[in-house]
Amino acid sequence: MKHRTPNLALLWILPLAFLAVFYFYPLGSILTVSFGRGTGGAALQLLEAFTSPTVQRVLGFTIGQAALSTLLTLVLGLPGAYLLARFDFRGKSLFQALSGIPFVLPTLVVAAAFNALLGPRGWVNLALMEWLNLSQPPIQFLNTFTAIIVAHVFYNTTIVLRIVGDFWAHLDPRLVQASQVLGANRMQTMLRVMLPLLAPAIAAAALLVFIFDFTSFGVILVLGGPRFATLEVEIYYQAVSLFNLPMAASLAFLQLLCTLLLTTIYTHLAAGLGRPLGLRPRRYTQRHLLSWRSRLVAALLLGLISAFLIMPLVALALRSFTSPETGSSLAGNPNGTGLRLTLNNYRELTINRRETIFYAPPSTAIAVSLGYAAATVMLALTLGLPASWALARGQSSPLNRWLDPILMLPLGTSAVTLGLGFIIALDHPPIDLRASPVLVPLAHTLVAFPFVVRSLTPALRSISPRLRQAAAVMGASPRQVLRTIDLPMVGRALLVAATFAFTISIGEFGATALIARPEYPTIPIAIFRYLGLPGAINYGQAMALSTILMGVTAVGMLAIERFRIAEVGEF
Amino acid sequence: MSRKYFLFALVLAMFFSACAQATVSPTVSAEPSTPIPSEQRTLTVMTHDSFAASDDVIRAFESAYDVAVRILPSGDAGTALNKAILSKGNPIADVFYGVDNTFLSRALSEDIFEPYNSPKLANVPSVFILDPKGRALPVDYGDVCPNYDKAYFAGKGIQPPRSLEDLTKPEYKGLLVVENPATSSPGLAFLLATIGRFGADGYLDYWKALVANDVLVVNDWDTAYYTEFSAHGGTHPIVISYGSSPPAEVVFASTPISEPTTAVVTTGKSCFRQVEFVGILKGSQNRDLAEKWVDYMLDLTFQQDMPLQMFVYPVNKEAKLPEQFVKFAASPAETSEISPDEIAANREAWLQAWTETVLR
Repeated sequence: MKHRTPNLALLWILPLAFLAVFYFYPLGSILTVSFGRGTGGAALQLLEAFTSPTVQRVLGFTIGQAALSTLLTLVLGLPGAYLLARFDFRGKSLFQALSGIPFVLPTLVVAAAFNALLGPRGWVNLALMEWLNLSQPPIQFLNTFTAIIVAHVFYNTTIVLRIVGDFWAHLDPRLVQASQVLGANRMQTMLRVMLPLLAPAIAAAALLVFIFDFTSFGVILVLGGPRFATLEVEIYYQAVSLFNLPMAASLAFLQLLCTLLLTTIYTHLAAGLGRPLGLRPRRYTQRHLLSWRSRLVAALLLGLISAFLIMPLVALALRSFTSPETGSSLAGNPNGTGLRLTLNNYRELTINRRETIFYAPPSTAIAVSLGYAAATVMLALTLGLPASWALARGQSSPLNRWLDPILMLPLGTSAVTLGLGFIIALDHPPIDLRASPVLVPLAHTLVAFPFVVRSLTPALRSISPRLRQAAAVMGASPRQVLRTIDLPMVGRALLVAATFAFTISIGEFGATALIARPEYPTIPIAIFRYLGLPGAINYGQAMALSTILMGVTAVGMLAIERFRIAEVGEF
Repeated sequence: MSRKYFLFALVLAMFFSACAQATVSPTVSAEPSTPIPSEQRTLTVMTHDSFAASDDVIRAFESAYDVAVRILPSGDAGTALNKAILSKGNPIADVFYGVDNTFLSRALSEDIFEPYNSPKLANVPSVFILDPKGRALPVDYGDVCPNYDKAYFAGKGIQPPRSLEDLTKPEYKGLLVVENPATSSPGLAFLLATIGRFGADGYLDYWKALVANDVLVVNDWDTAYYTEFSAHGGTHPIVISYGSSPPAEVVFASTPISEPTTAVVTTGKSCFRQVEFVGILKGSQNRDLAEKWVDYMLDLTFQQDMPLQMFVYPVNKEAKLPEQFVKFAASPAETSEISPDEIAANREAWLQAWTETVLR
């Protein structure tokens, strides 16, 4: 036991140094400058902001929508996680890869997908109008509270599927069998055995989902419409529209405070939740669907999740292969815009018709996106692994109790604020990174890092210390213990972490837009450029690139799935 | 856990950040034909995301002055300006392009520009010169106006609207989609158009009438134009967009068309004119090159390139417009005028009053 204590501090060095330079320093700088521009001290300005009825209303809405979104994400995600964890069936990895795609799509594209499906001229409304003989579309989806919630569930279900699903996949099924042998029914087994065992993973997933929803920006703006504002939207309005930096800083501070409070509560809960378990390889935990009943239930469940997660994607992909007939959707053709199949949108992507300087062929955008993503995966794992190890090993250490909540802060930080922080903080050698592309994977790593930690820590905590002790007793060096015990046991969680880092980087838009070189855009940046100009072919090209983005993401995730380090893939 | 692990991790981190740099920054070295002299200088131009220019036009400047031009899009117009302000004193760039008349006062009162009296201003009509001290020089302008779907009105046999007042009439009920002025630049421009037309004490009544006539408000131009506008599959045949949107519809048609499917309401003071400016950032280490760049932006080559790149009008009165602009773009005879100072002084109050009236 003795050798662990000094290591704990050592493990923290790298992750903390990274956070200090690229997170706390820029954030501290922008908050200082912003409060300095206001009248009265920071405390006074904060007090003023916190007592304002507008701010309280915005805060109330922000928390409410995030709580509801998180709850519904769990409701949809947990049955899915069960299915993925306990059964082996054909097309499973494809389903897993597809279900992760929503996570990477830019909000404008998701809005387009939902519009193709549920918009006033979307398929559902058109079908209902035809069927019920209505003159007006019966479903009003865009610009509603429902749209916000649905989009959040759409985006984040994959977090639950992955974090809970992969943890569940390694729980020893004999525990359930034992409970049933002892006379518990299914419900009792679920509530008394499975749920407590799964609690650390569920809590970790719920925390991530909640923070994502809590800081939501694009979904609120584009799908919710102008009637709804979260703190992040209000920060943008104060900082950019009104240039009221002191107010923006107060709100950003409030957002941070909430995140810190939440993660602190989580840390206290999680300390009591984690317990060492005998994790089992997947081949012991998964069954094939044998009986027709289990097949039916699985098919229904998969169908439901697919309908929700994959149908909008299909609608989007179909849209990219069509070209609207020129003309109005309200005049002439009663079925709305006439569509015909074409590859035109894709062909047009490869042509620089206006000879514009920032034109990049799709191959370049794909290469740039993959380059940033690879760097992010490496960086996030390099930083996340030691941090998770430290968290898992010294659960009762006071150092960890302090540091654990802090690790999550980057996720709950206002992107607008931090972006401005980079500008004023990282402005002198040796780190004048204000316009450097290196900032892109660094920014992506800040977001990916908490995901990596949250995916790895539950798995690391669940490794029974007795295994390590046994290995040590039998003469294994600490490094051998690491290689033969820890690494294989967490290999699966490592892949989950890598997948998250990959998808976060591939889909990230805000930070990339501010620092990427215009000649070398990522796919989301290129999509955004096409959407900024009027004209049917621009919209078509944006849809085609979005479809390419979905393809690249799916292929990337399948590739990570197949990537195996020694026996790691077993787990 | 040995120290070796950390060394390894550190090396790994450094290696991959180096890789990241290598994958994404072959910018300069990607020009094998022109050997780069070691002394070549770089001019950095900070701008917004909508910046575009022809490759030739930028290259011509680079070879004329033996300089590498680095363009830094830095977010939307407001965000880019904020960054320029926050980096004042140690500027990221030499030149900032893209502050418009709705943001001009913020740029001037934060004092980020050095004055420059460009000789090329001689060709620019004086109405565009809003800063007499020459800190912000006009480059281009565009009009934000209601656009409509021609086929809808032809099909229904209704006259398209001809003024802002028309939009409140029963025959146009539920037809208009506008952008939120708090989050969208054309949205703010349209709010200013209504303030210019009806005055600071009359615009709220106008907006009340629009609300009663079922106006739809969305947050951004993309949603308004591509989701709600009936020319692109939506259900609203009137949208707030630019006077140059119809030529863009022709240039970017999915199948070649000879006539745009959309048109612009230019009559009855229904538009607001946005003028965009360029300025030399205080503390620029390349003042001489920055002056050349500003001259270049105001000169014919760049000015005539702008319309089909950014769909804006050049301010240089000698610049010739491309054919598509001459044929299809609409320019109002009269626009709503509000000075940058007035906008700066009232922006918050106007936005708040608008929000209370329209969204609550």
